[in-house]
Amino acid sequence: MAKKLNLSERKIEKARKLAESVTSEIQKYIDLHTTVTVERASLRLLGADGADKNGVPVPNLIADSLKDKCGLGLSRYYLNALVKSAVSPQELNKKIAEGLDISKIDMGDPKAIEKKASELISALDKRINSNVEHRNRKLAQYKENEKKPWIYVIVATGNIYEDVKQAKAAALQGADIIAVIRTTAQSLLDYVPYGATTEGFGGTYATQENFRIMRKALDEVSETEKRYIRLVNYCSGLCMPEIAAMGALERLDMMLNDSMYGILFRDINMYRTFTDQFFSRMINASAEIIINTGEDNYLTTSDAVEKAHTVLASQFLNESFAKRAGMKEELMGLGHAFEMNPDIKNGFLLEFAQALMAREIFEKHPLKYMPPTKFMTGDIFKGYAMNTLFNFVSKATGQSIELLGMLTEAIHTPYLQDRALAIKNAMYVHNNMADFLNEIEFKKDGIIRKRAAQVLDETVDMLAAVKKTGLFKAIESGMFADVKRAPDAGKGLDGVFEKEDGYYNPVETYLKKRLGLTEKAEA
Amino acid sequence: MKIIKAYGDTLNDGAIQLSFTLPVPFGGKAKEAARIFVEKMGFHKADIVHAEPLSGEFTFFVAYGKTDNAVDYDEVEYTEAVDKSMSMDEVNAFIKQNFKRKIVIVGACTGFDAHTVGIDAIMNMKGYNHHFGLERYPMIEAMNMGSQVPNEKLIEQAVKINADAILVSQVVTQKDAHIKNLTNFVELLEAEKIRDRFIIVAGGPRISNKLAVEIGFDAGFGAGTYAEDVATFIVKRMYEKITEKR
Ligand code: B12
Repeated sequence: MAKKLNLSERKIEKARKLAESVTSEIQKYIDLHTTVTVERASLRLLGADGADKNGVPVPNLIADSLKDKCGLGLSRYYLNALVKSAVSPQELNKKIAEGLDISKIDMGDPKAIEKKASELISALDKRINSNVEHRNRKLAQYKENEKKPWIYVIVATGNIYEDVKQAKAAALQGADIIAVIRTTAQSLLDYVPYGATTEGFGGTYATQENFRIMRKALDEVSETEKRYIRLVNYCSGLCMPEIAAMGALERLDMMLNDSMYGILFRDINMYRTFTDQFFSRMINASAEIIINTGEDNYLTTSDAVEKAHTVLASQFLNESFAKRAGMKEELMGLGHAFEMNPDIKNGFLLEFAQALMAREIFEKHPLKYMPPTKFMTGDIFKGYAMNTLFNFVSKATGQSIELLGMLTEAIHTPYLQDRALAIKNAMYVHNNMADFLNEIEFKKDGIIRKRAAQVLDETVDMLAAVKKTGLFKAIESGMFADVKRAPDAGKGLDGVFEKEDGYYNPVETYLKKRLGLTEKAEA
Repeated sequence: MKIIKAYGDTLNDGAIQLSFTLPVPFGGKAKEAARIFVEKMGFHKADIVHAEPLSGEFTFFVAYGKTDNAVDYDEVEYTEAVDKSMSMDEVNAFIKQNFKRKIVIVGACTGFDAHTVGIDAIMNMKGYNHHFGLERYPMIEAMNMGSQVPNEKLIEQAVKINADAILVSQVVTQKDAHIKNLTNFVELLEAEKIRDRFIIVAGGPRISNKLAVEIGFDAGFGAGTYAEDVATFIVKRMYEKITEKR
């Protein structure tokens, strides 16, 4: 795509460098630590699954009985139990669910454990590869999948079977991507519930069984619609890496996955979040799952004009963190949003400038563009008009993933008809101005070019300031989203562990090797 | 008596537009079903002006109809929490003159509700839409505890700092979460026999004065509220309370 904003490449480069040095400080911390959910995610990828009669998941049962061993890695104990009892993971899971405490089993021959590990890792590798291949084959098969932006809608009934109906209808109407919104407060649970669920609040529980049910339904419509329908869930909160693990196993295609969202918007401890995001991103990168970062949320608590640079700064940070986790740019769905007060004169021009700026700076990234939400009101008619302008900017600036605005955003989670109207609006705009972007240029000193340049300047300044204080302090002082969080505050800090001498995690080793992170670490 | 109906283009023509979905496949029969459905809701001359399939199982309709149902406007009872709000300066002057001390207000978005923007709009220095928040008021000591605050914690804090008023924000309304949570708040105060110590005010996009008062609050405020509206209510109610005592 020809660039139109004449942004300074030197400044973009400078911002990237600054972001890299900011994240390198955090990465030092990450590399020395693990968390209880990183351990549980590793167990899941080795085969731990199921739940006891009270609904406590097997990975949690294991972690609870071995809590003081997290610093050594929990995989060893699971593998040892498999070797000693000479049963399959399924059978062992059942025993654990029935009360077997594997911490009581004597540690056996390390060689046998390693052998078991390589056997399970190779099964894992096969499963991930087959998921990746399936997706890529379908995407290559269907022409329809080449259209952009991809239309992304959410379902959120609370009942996975009702969600399936809504999702299938949306796919028939033209949606390319279905996100199943999670139930309120799942992000604060330190476990992933088990099994199919029919009750949720503002969303549906993310469980592996629910993933499977929705995946199957979308695969069915993909075949009839001749379009691969992508499935999204939320890889955030206290179980970020475990959700990533489940997604990799069940062929999710995208995950909301931000390096700071949990800290800012869910008050999760920052050490926990940073460590978890790294591991979860390695999993997502391995399974070629596109991540969606959460910068759009900043603009719900701070002003979209005043704080536009915080979005860009955060995109650079998210990009850098993702790179450190071995992720390709093609998987980095950096987020931004159309969240200006609709009363602002020329607000459309400013939105246009910012959206195009993101496009020009992050060329290969599948940018995720979010619709107006904060300024949506009960006036659904005005809201529908705002969504049309949003669709316009989205198409005219070449966004990749377009989360459609709902006219009833201020009222309830979407009704079937709300989603259909949104899709109709987007398809109308996308088609009606298909080649608009190729037709236009911008005035040299016009509002649009100037705005983009200004936001980039402010971003460089901000990143320099973050570098100076360090990211922990920057968050503590409220530099992102106007939200202040202290390093030792927030939920989940008690689940963070320093890696001890002899830390063993064959899943981590596998992921790093797969992503080419091992040589780099040694070099 | 003042009988009113919806207005389209002629007084009391009762014209209304509707849109809805029925769980049937698209077609003539679906349209006829939709028309009958609209008539059953009390409309005559129901007109299905648009119908389209949303999937093989669902059809969306836009309809117009005219209704004979009417309301006697004079019989409608509703009181706003405040008729006319004072400005920030007027509120301050009012406090100085009548209470001769700063008044203390504590607020939070309680329960599992994580939405802070509404309570921040009312309480934080910056305010909302160029209307300053309560923290900016020289004669008000405002304390915003943020979101996801348990009702117990908010009450505990109010007792501790000897607050004059407590503000509760509720944004999530699914499954009547707000009603349950607000009711619980009042019950907690009553159980501790301290309900009368505070002026309690609820707010949020789906809160009306009527709803809040029914639950047991002194007042409720909905969308588009500014700090001065709440401040006016609180200082006036405080004033009423002390004058009643005299
Ligand atoms: C921003 C936002 C978020 C942000 C919140 C960030 C933050 N720190 O606040 C984030 C992304 C975190 C979020 C999360 C969720 N959200 Co939300 N969110 C919104 C959104 C887009 C805007 C809300 C807002 O900020 N409005 C602006 C403020 C200024 O308006 P206001 O809150 O109405 O406040 C005004 C008045 O109501 C009043 N007021 C408010 N409180 C008080 C208190 C007092 C005492 C007084 C006097 C007045 C008063 O004065 C204010 C100024 O005028 C709305 C949609 C919308 N447009 O309304 C959805 C919305 C509220 N969210 C919704 C949902 C479902 C959720 C989630 C449950 C989603 C999920 N499944 O995870 C989670 C909630 C998690 C939780 N535990 O609560 C639903 C609620 C549906 C319902 N009716 O129950 C909405 C309507 C969106 C939707 N259509 O689904 N959300």
